[in-house]
Order: sequence, then structure tokens, then C-alpha cells
Amino acid sequence: MATQLEADTPTDEEAFRAEVQAFLAENFPAELKNKGNALAGVDGPTDETPAMKAWREAVGAKGWGTPTWPKQYGGGGLTKGQARIVDQEFAKAGAYNPIGGMGVMMFGPTLLEYGSEEQKMEHIPAICRGEVRWCQGYSEPNAGSDLANLQTFAEDKGDHYIVNGQKTWTSGGQWADKCFAIVRTDKSDKHRGISFLLIDMTSPGVEVRPITMISGTSPFCETFFTDVKVPKKNLVGVEGQGWTIGKRLLQHERTNISGGGRLASMMGQSLGDMAKKYCATDADGELADKVLRDKIADFEIRWGSFLLTARRAVEESKATGGVSEISSVLKKVGTKLSQERSELLIEIRGLQGLGWEGDGFTDGELEAVRGWLFGKATTIYGGSTEIQNNIIAKRVLGMLDHQ
Amino acid sequence: MAVLNEEQEMLRDMAREWAVNESPVTEFRKVRASGEPEAFNRDAYATMAQMGWAGIIVPEAHGGSDFGYMSAGLVFEELGKTLTASPLLATTIAASAIALGGSEEQKARWLPKLASGEAIATLAVDEGAAHDPAAIETSVSGGKISGKKTFVHEAHGADLFVVAAKDGLYLVENGAGVTLTTRKLTDQRSHADVTFDGAAADKLAGGGDSLLDDVLDRARVLTAAEMLGMAQQVFDVTLEYLKQRVQFNQVLASFQALQHRMADLFADLAQMRSAVEAGLQAVDSGFGVARAATIAKAEANRVLHTISNQGIQLHGGIGMTDEYDVGFYLKRARVLEASWGSSSFLKDRYASLGGY
Ligand SMILES: Cc1cc2nc3c(=O)[nH]c(=O)nc-3n(C[C@H](O)[C@H](O)[C@H](O)COP(=O)(O)OP(=O)(O)OC[C@H]3O[C@@H](n4cnc5c(N)ncnc54)[C@H](O)[C@@H]3O)c2cc1C
Repeated sequence: MATQLEADTPTDEEAFRAEVQAFLAENFPAELKNKGNALAGVDGPTDETPAMKAWREAVGAKGWGTPTWPKQYGGGGLTKGQARIVDQEFAKAGAYNPIGGMGVMMFGPTLLEYGSEEQKMEHIPAICRGEVRWCQGYSEPNAGSDLANLQTFAEDKGDHYIVNGQKTWTSGGQWADKCFAIVRTDKSDKHRGISFLLIDMTSPGVEVRPITMISGTSPFCETFFTDVKVPKKNLVGVEGQGWTIGKRLLQHERTNISGGGRLASMMGQSLGDMAKKYCATDADGELADKVLRDKIADFEIRWGSFLLTARRAVEESKATGGVSEISSVLKKVGTKLSQERSELLIEIRGLQGLGWEGDGFTDGELEAVRGWLFGKATTIYGGSTEIQNNIIAKRVLGMLDHQ
Repeated sequence: MAVLNEEQEMLRDMAREWAVNESPVTEFRKVRASGEPEAFNRDAYATMAQMGWAGIIVPEAHGGSDFGYMSAGLVFEELGKTLTASPLLATTIAASAIALGGSEEQKARWLPKLASGEAIATLAVDEGAAHDPAAIETSVSGGKISGKKTFVHEAHGADLFVVAAKDGLYLVENGAGVTLTTRKLTDQRSHADVTFDGAAADKLAGGGDSLLDDVLDRARVLTAAEMLGMAQQVFDVTLEYLKQRVQFNQVLASFQALQHRMADLFADLAQMRSAVEAGLQAVDSGFGVARAATIAKAEANRVLHTISNQGIQLHGGIGMTDEYDVGFYLKRARVLEASWGSSSFLKDRYASLGGY
């Protein structure tokens, strides 16, 4: 990924800040103030209102939704410093980033690194403009943690492949336009027989069946491929390189699940303040329930040190130019903390925090319950906690496999 | 497991067999799909009552078997395993209140009906989202009760409410002056806010000053028994799954990391079982009830919380699906965890009981 590391001079910064402010004044619809990006949600599609569409198009045209991606492919071409200014000014105005999804979080960065010039020109601009939804075709019924065991087969037919097999847990499969998939092109070698293929979800022979989750929604699917024709130009890298590319993409996925800005902003509201709304306080205005108070403080201290760790990882990877080896730590710790936070939120609210439906609950309360349930997946997908532990033990610490 | 007498073994085996054959989780799915606020199957409840389960803690003189709390706990454990949706727990708790605090007349009027399944009852104490028996505003004047109770379990099917007012517990029949507002919780069982507006109230005058606390301790141990069944089931199902799921050409059960995790959960479960059984036995013996009930529910909260989360985690993606049962236990677990005392409430109570 082309990230420029040179610093901006203070005068540049001021000029750029003014540009962002002017852009916001002209383009950000007031009615979207303090709303989240519903389209980026994992729990389902949301119809785009005209205001949402206008906002997405305005940011997309600038490339500021993917601020540090190269300009020639539709990104913002900004320095990190400028990107931070965009972030800050958007936040000040209560404006969300309307560009998101798996294309931004994982596929785009991977294609920028491994794709051909033609592939980048074909796919990246549409991601930067938020026009195409991507889904991830990795897991199969017998290839979850053991991803390399995948069996979906792409048979070489000269100028195209014919793909047959089944993927599962395809998040957003029913709403996706395209799928980045890893498939088997050679049955004789577990890892080197895997290739990275881009599949159009509207191709004949692609069928998705939504699966209902414990949160009551159906954002993920079983995806079946029956004699699906995929042109060779959709092979990323070379045949047999899919495992390497696929793993790199997982690193991006992990970084996004664990320490990204989304989680940080979600965590923004103090649990202590929340608890004071729901629970009794004593004469000093502090929580009367000292056990709960202790729990919240304990959580927030660990959350604080997690944020510091995430920041350190970013700084170190900037300095060394690589993905930090601490990414497994971030994934493991960040997802655990976000689950703990959801549990605490429920505990703070008592039975009022366990609503399923009906008038007696606020939207925020109902969302928190669904979010608590959905959040149980974060320690499972993107490489489960147990798999992160294995990665840390074996790859980072050099501990040996069971002999 | 506690040493059981022959009667108890028979009772447990009967409950186990019935739950597995007649009330598997598919029965709960039917109740859920019906969307009825009452959220239980009346025929199934009638059968349970016929088998004597609604009268286990009811004195023989009033139509019960007086087998005691340990015995009742065995039944609730089995029903917890299959998530049987019924008002049995609520009714048993309410019956305990009447047995402890009722006059001969009140006992004679209600206990036989509760024991036979002819009437259903429930306990209504809390007035906020959290369990807090010290914060009760409901009051009675001239035999009429007014106040609002929140999240009353099994309220929709109840003929009788045992209601905590400022000056004690009262029997209130469902009828004039009683209004239910459904509160659908994540466990998809019956919960409602119940408003009493000048309804006729009949005081439970016996049982002494500690009546409410004594009843709540019984609610805690019996709830903990249901939670024990749930925890045991999630543990068993998860262990079974790990023994058959293959990844990396090996069954998951062969990975040491998971073996140690299961060993930890097993140890937790052993602790939970001892705590719950001791709580039930304490009620039966009448000795050290408050502390034992607090330990039982606190351990039930802690262990079921962990096991319900691990159940999902160790199933991987499949555990996140509605098609798999393990998510139902997670949802019911949090509702029971928050009922009759959250972990922080119980820790505070434990410290208070110890005078520190
Ligand atoms: C909500 C959700 C969304 C998802 N979205 C997508 C998607 O969009 N695209 C996609 O391709 N996939 C997706 N997944 C799939 C996800 O990546 C897999 O669920 C995950 O890789 C785990 O695989 P599995 O479910 O088969 O669990 P299993 O591999 O069967 O694992 C079961 C349990 O065993 C543990 N375990 C497995 N192997 C080991 C080991 N060697 N040592 C110790 N413990 C081990 C696991 O950590 C887990 O706790 C999604 C999953 C969920 C839940």
C-alpha cells in the first residue's frame, strides 16, 4: 500500500484543514449528523436515503473514505497527517465515513499489494467510491480454523476456470456484488494448491442461502458454486500463490477487527457514565454498587492499556514498514475486551439490558443486546482466539508443535 | 454429586427421562415460534404436575410430597438441561412463600391447587431493572395493594402473585386491579411488568421479619439448580462436539489447549455443583441458609456465565447459528444471572452477612 511517511509542514496543515472544513460545509447533509455508517454494518443492508447517497458520492469522489490509498486508483493520496486531519474534522462535524465494508478493510489493501495494474484499475476505484460490495469466500464446512483444508475446486479451462464447491459463513453474501475467494487449483499440495480468485456473485451457478444467527438476524450465508465460470483475468497473483495472499488479507482483517478506529469510537462512551444513568449513586455522586464500580474501573484500565498497545503497534509498524507481529495480540485482546464491555453493559442495565423486542426498551438497549450476541463471533472469525494463541506460540515465540 | 436416597434417585431418573423424551429443546423452539406471551405448553405443565413436581416442597398435609429442596433441585437441574419452558420454578418459589408465611387458611386454599397444577403462581419483588429487595415502594392500605413490579417471571400464566410490599408479602389474585405489560427478553420466556392498582391483597402474616429474605434465598437456590442443569448440558454438548469435529486432520479434542480449557471448565462445574447442592441442602436442614444460598447463586452466576460463553466459542461458527441450541443457553443464562441477585449484589450480600 502506498503510504507516504513524510511530514506535512504546519502551514500545509492549516491550508488542508480549511479545505476539509469547506468540503464538509458544502457537502455534509445536516440530517446525517452523528449518524453511523449503516451501510458498513455487519447485520444487514440498509436502504440508502438520497442524503446518504449524496454524502457517499461526495466523499467517494474525493477519495477521502480511503484517504491514504493512491490517487491514481481513486484513493485520497493523502499523507497520514492529512488523513488524521480528515478524521478529526469529520468527527468534529459529526460526520461518518460513508466508505467501508470488506473492500476497504481487507480486500483493497491486499489487491494494492498483489494485484496487477489492470486489476487495480478495475476494482479499487469502485471500492473508493463505495459502489461495490465485496464478500469473503474463505471458510468451508470442513475448513474453518484449518482453512488450508478448503476443497472448492477451480478447474483450468484455458482462458477461464470452472468453480465448484461450497463456502460457508459468507458474511453479507446475499448483498455482495463480488467475492474474493480462495480456491483449490491443485489437489496434490495442501498450501501451494490454493489460488486467490475474484468471483462475480451474479455469475450463473452462484447460490447463497442466508443462515439465521443467535442475534436473530441473517447476515451470513452458505454459498454454493456450481459450474461457475470465472475468467482468468480474475486470478490475483499467480496460480498457487493464494495461501500467501489469503494470509496477508487475514492480517488486515485482524487489524481491523481488533484495534481499528471503529472499535475505539464504539468504546468512546464511558461505562461509568452509563452506569450512573442506570444504577443508584451515593452521596458523593459515585456508584453505590462498589463491586460494579471496581469491575468497570478494572475494565477501563485494561481497555486503556489496550489502546496504548494498539498505538504502539501502529508506530512500530510505521517505523519498520511491516505489519506488526503484535497483530495477533491485538486481535486476541481487543476482541476479548469488546466482549467484556458488552457483558458489562448488560450487567449495568440489569434485566432492562436483556430486551429482545417491544416497546419497553429503547433502540439503544435493543441494539446492545443484539450486539452482545453478535459480538461473540469476534473471537471466532478472522482467526479465532485459540488460533491467535497458536500463532503467537509458534511463530512469534518459536515454541514447537506437539511431537 | 450429592449422595441421593432411593426416592431422590427415582425422582431424578424420572425427570431426566421425561425431559429428554418429552421436553427436548425442540419443544422450547415450538414455544418460541408460537410467539405466545404465556410461553409454555399447558399440557406439558399438567403432566409435570401429575408427576408430583409442583408439590415437591409442599407439605403432605396440603397435597404435596414434602420431598424437600434437594429433591426439587434435582428436577430443576434436569429441566434446565433441556430448557423446558414452564412456570414450575416460579410456582415452586411462590409456594415456598406460602408454606413459610401463610396462615392455615391460606395454605389450605392455595397449596393444594399449586401442587396439583390447577393454579400457577409467581413471586413479584423487584421494582427496577436490577434485583434490589431493599427498594420497595409497593404499599397496601385497607387490604388494597398498589405499586409496579418489573420483569415478573411467568407472569402471563399466573393465577396468583406473591407480592412484596413495604410491610411484607401479600397474595394477590390475577384479576381486577392487576395489569400486565409484556417485556420480551432475550430468553423468549414469559416476563411482564405487573401493575397493581388497588387490587385485593391478602397478607402472609407468618414467617417473621425475615420472610422475604427467606423466600428470596429459596428463589436463589432453586434458580441456581436450573442454571446447574444448563451449565452441565452446555459442557456435555461442547465436549461431545470437540470429540467429533475434525480440523488439521485431528479431532479438536486432541489439542492440548482445548483439553486444558475443558479441564478448567470441568473444575468450575464441579465447584458450581457443590455450591448449588449445598445451598439446597442448607434449606432442607434450615441451617446457614442465607450464606449457602448466596454462595450457590454467586457460583451459578460465575460458572454458567463462563460456560455459556465458552460453549459458543468452542463450537466456532456453528455455535453462532440459531439452528444450534447452544445460543439459547447463553440467552437464558444472562436472564437468570440477573434474577434474584447479580454477581455484584451477591458479593455485597456475602460481605454483609459476614459483617464486613
Ligand atoms: C459471524 C461470522 C462471520 C463470518 N464471516 C465469514 C466470512 O465472511 N467469510 C468467511 O470465509 N468466513 C467467515 N466466518 C468463518 C470464520 O472465519 C470461521 O468460523 C472460523 O475460521 C472458525 O472456523 P470454524 O467455525 O469452522 O470453527 P472450528 O475450526 O471448528 O473451531 C472450533 C473451535 O476450536 C478451536 N480450534 C480449532 N483449531 C484449533 C487448534 N489447532 N488449537 C486450538 N483450538 C482450536 C477454535 O478456536 C474454536 O474455538 C465467519 C464466522 C462467523 C461466526
